[in-house]
Amino acid sequence: MSIQKVRAHISQNEALLFERSSPGKRGYQLPGLDVPPVDPAAALGAENVRVEIEGFPEVSEVEAIRHFTRLSTWNYAIDYGMYPLGSCTMKYNPRVNELVARTEGLAWAHPYQPEALSQGAMEVMARLEAALLEITGMDAVTLQPAAGAHGELTGILLVRACLEKRGNPRKKILIPDSAHGTNPATAAIAGYAVENIRSSERGTLDLAALEQAVTEEVAALMVTNPNTLGVFEENIARVSELLHRKGAMLYMDGANMNALVGITRPGDFGVDVMHLNLHKTFSTPHGGGGPGGGPVAVKKVLEPFLPVPRLKRAGKKWTWNYKRPDSIGRVRAFYGNFGVLVRALAYILAHGGEGLRNATLDAVLNANYLRKKLEPYFDLPYPLPNMHEVVFSDDRQSRRGVRTGDIAKRLIDYGFHPYTVSFPLIVHGALMIEPTETEGKLELDQFADALVSIAAEVESDPDLVKSAPHSTRTSRVDEVTAARRPVVRWKPASTGSQAAG
Amino acid sequence: MRYLPKSDAERRQMLEACGVASAEELFSHLPDEVRLKRPLDLPAGISEYEIVQYFRDCGAASAAGYTGFLGAGVYAHYRPVLVDTVVSRGEYLTSYTPYQAEISQGTLTTIFEFQSMICQLTGMDVANASMYDGSTAVPEAAMMAARATGRGGVLVARSVHPEYREVLATYARYQGMPLAEFGYHPETGALDLEDLERQINDLTAAVIIQSPNFFGVVDQVRAAAEIAHRRGALLIVVFTEAVSLGILEPSAAADIVAGELQSFAISPSYGGPFAGIIATREKFIRQMPGRLVGETKDSRGNRAFCLTLSTREQHIRREKATSNICTNQALIALMATVFMTVYGKQGLRELAEQNLAKAHYLAGKLPLRFSGPFFNEFVARVEDPDGLNKALLKKKIIGGLPLGRFYPELKDAMLLCATEMAPRKEMDVLAEVFSSAGVPSRLVFS
Amino acid sequence: MYPENFRYTKEHEWVLVEAGIGTIGITDHAQQELGDIVYVDLPKVGAAVDQGKSLGSVESVKAVSDVYSPVSGEVIEVNHALSEAPEKLNQDPHGDAWLVKVRLTAPGEISNLLSAAEYQSYIGAEK
Repeated sequence: MSIQKVRAHISQNEALLFERSSPGKRGYQLPGLDVPPVDPAAALGAENVRVEIEGFPEVSEVEAIRHFTRLSTWNYAIDYGMYPLGSCTMKYNPRVNELVARTEGLAWAHPYQPEALSQGAMEVMARLEAALLEITGMDAVTLQPAAGAHGELTGILLVRACLEKRGNPRKKILIPDSAHGTNPATAAIAGYAVENIRSSERGTLDLAALEQAVTEEVAALMVTNPNTLGVFEENIARVSELLHRKGAMLYMDGANMNALVGITRPGDFGVDVMHLNLHKTFSTPHGGGGPGGGPVAVKKVLEPFLPVPRLKRAGKKWTWNYKRPDSIGRVRAFYGNFGVLVRALAYILAHGGEGLRNATLDAVLNANYLRKKLEPYFDLPYPLPNMHEVVFSDDRQSRRGVRTGDIAKRLIDYGFHPYTVSFPLIVHGALMIEPTETEGKLELDQFADALVSIAAEVESDPDLVKSAPHSTRTSRVDEVTAARRPVVRWKPASTGSQAAG
Repeated sequence: MRYLPKSDAERRQMLEACGVASAEELFSHLPDEVRLKRPLDLPAGISEYEIVQYFRDCGAASAAGYTGFLGAGVYAHYRPVLVDTVVSRGEYLTSYTPYQAEISQGTLTTIFEFQSMICQLTGMDVANASMYDGSTAVPEAAMMAARATGRGGVLVARSVHPEYREVLATYARYQGMPLAEFGYHPETGALDLEDLERQINDLTAAVIIQSPNFFGVVDQVRAAAEIAHRRGALLIVVFTEAVSLGILEPSAAADIVAGELQSFAISPSYGGPFAGIIATREKFIRQMPGRLVGETKDSRGNRAFCLTLSTREQHIRREKATSNICTNQALIALMATVFMTVYGKQGLRELAEQNLAKAHYLAGKLPLRFSGPFFNEFVARVEDPDGLNKALLKKKIIGGLPLGRFYPELKDAMLLCATEMAPRKEMDVLAEVFSSAGVPSRLVFS
Repeated sequence: MYPENFRYTKEHEWVLVEAGIGTIGITDHAQQELGDIVYVDLPKVGAAVDQGKSLGSVESVKAVSDVYSPVSGEVIEVNHALSEAPEKLNQDPHGDAWLVKVRLTAPGEISNLLSAAEYQSYIGAEK
């Protein structure tokens, strides 16, 4: 089969900035100084003044823009095409969000400027809070956490503070074996021991196992719903009752909220505390790995413990309330990743309530459509109905010595970003595919065709797949040498990086 | 809806392929009792034009048009046009964490350059790909020191940003990490080294100081390092004003540098998103939190970059990871990278010198609270900081940060900042308002 | 393949006891499962180790594996060559790439361990 989506084009070589640098070049001009100059040695003490920034680059403006533009073309991006990383929700990032985040009065707002001059920024936050509460069905929300994992930490600290107030913080957090790695890492940082819970044969929470595991030592269960197989935890309400009966709480990792918005609300199925990933569900850009936003929504019982400060209405004005004796304190300086919050609100405003629900319907339709097209060619170890993502295994292909990682690399030759590889851990050789709602039928068809074609290649020419990608400017990289002898900064020629070829 | 690319006809074809009559049917396995049986109570979707208008209105209800002299961890520096030009490219904006190295060399290369430049600036051997911000970098650095020393205690200077200390307290409290504070010298505003000597002990994992400190004072890093190291503790040096690195000798005596890069072309944006860093010595590399990019070769022998030392991280080590941090702040770190490139070696120095000159011009007209050397921030004495700020607002000037909120003993003082963006005219106006407000008759510490 | 004079654990470590000193390593099966080993984390000389407790770890690019001590005792020597060249663990896991030497404090523990034949049938069954 021919590859329809892509063909090769020339990409520019580009050296590192330090190799492009030469003394005396400049890409800046400062305005004339309108005050007398100050002698640094006199003002700061000679011993405090540095001679130079050794090795720092010196390039012209033209070289600078070519440098970053050339490098940019070495990246794949949503703007090029489908980016079906399961659990990551790589959807289209509307550009108006970028524009409004740069609105002068918002982008240049100083966090310590008077509240009277910050009402616009506070209004944005208040409006986003209200929207997130309606979407989640929870009672209160903090926008302070900087990312999903940071939100998890905040959420578990809230549980801890609440249980402490009741007299016993307890010892353990239960985490299903299908969970994201951040869940156990978070529990450990919050001072809890982690107990892993095996999923049932169907790939969902095992009620009987949970019944055993939930003791007076358990502080909370951390659940992703739908779980990392893309399957809705149908017993979630009963799980919540079970936990509550034993005085424990239900934490929901909101990574997969894109499957739920407008259809069902965590607050209505017994969740006590959850985080949202604004960069997933609400389309603030991933930006090559951040910044994100990780608001934490809670039921009333946890509200007193939320981080300070809290937005509060005082007459006709918004104000920051710091007087909250039970608060866990701050989890970061200032009020949160405000610029990300602006983008998330812009996204919600653009969709409106009905639009958000329609986005969920399309996200789930896309995943089911791919499942239908790919099921004849790849093993589906957990065949329950899936929502926004579908997880296959490489069982069939590994018999020919081809693993999920190889298939992923071969997808690159077909013009797609790979799916999530080898996760969740409960699937042997997982191919975790999340198309999101912002893919059209043509892109989905081409993606399915590509995987079907690769499945055929696995039978006819497995080595072709195992040595992929073949068409990228960078072939498979030697991660082993990178880890054995780490070179994590540039050094002048003889000791470190060599000039690019 | 304009962000959903399918036509109704395509949707119908796809539903048919799935063997269902409507998308609703795909949710029929959800238990009825958890279904939301009403539409979300949110307004209908609006056009792009209305969205722009809405945020323009919000922006207007703000401080646009005012000249500000606030610093305190968030600084007004000019943002070169190239910064937004670069970060607006979809290849950077709409890509994910660079796990797939073959199609992520753009992001990986810029992160490698970022790590290298942070090392050059801080004098450290290794730097990670960025943290959420400076305030969260501090507890991460403290936890790192605890791992490296096998000790638990943390001593933090009161002259470290108060909100950073609050974040540290939140993390420390729930980890059972004993946390204590030591003071600053009442006249110089620098560290009270005697208090540090008194409080440090053999269980101290880390001593945390900031330079320039929260009062703007360039602090005694070497002396603090000497005391910390004598007792087997690590010294963590925090910075909030990255432009100071253009002129200040790097803290070579530090074991870990934890800082905030907001000054490098990152909009104040009401407090975020920013980008923090952690840099350290080679020997602590495996104790570092966060992503790291390393150099290697591809199978054709060409230089290539990839994420490395991932076994430290949560997706592999799970509950034994060095941190639960998942993302870095890649796009924000890229802003800083472009900023550092545009200014370069000479430019960052000149920029720092302009900041120095502006702040010293303003400080020269005001009564100073502390005598220690300062870069672009300083503490001025004023009887009624809030009253003074009100008077300034009438002249479209946002004054300094009244310190009583964080330091009860400094309620007759405010923290002021003058960067290269501070116009001389407004500095003169500020000084006039100051002189008419009068100097407090009483000094707290003298 | 698996030397007769070694004793083995189900966690894939081996120990060779000579004159009260146990030399400890990981098995060929373990290095194969891990793939390219990139880092080895070992205890310091003088550290006490307990049978069945972690004494360190070995890492590949995408996995970390604890090394559980097959015997109790005090570490008297550490194979520092592995920190410079962890790849030796892939090349010669039963020889040059031993991890630590331990002075045994409970020599009787050896009887809890597997013989070469038992270990081979154990990994055969595991597959």
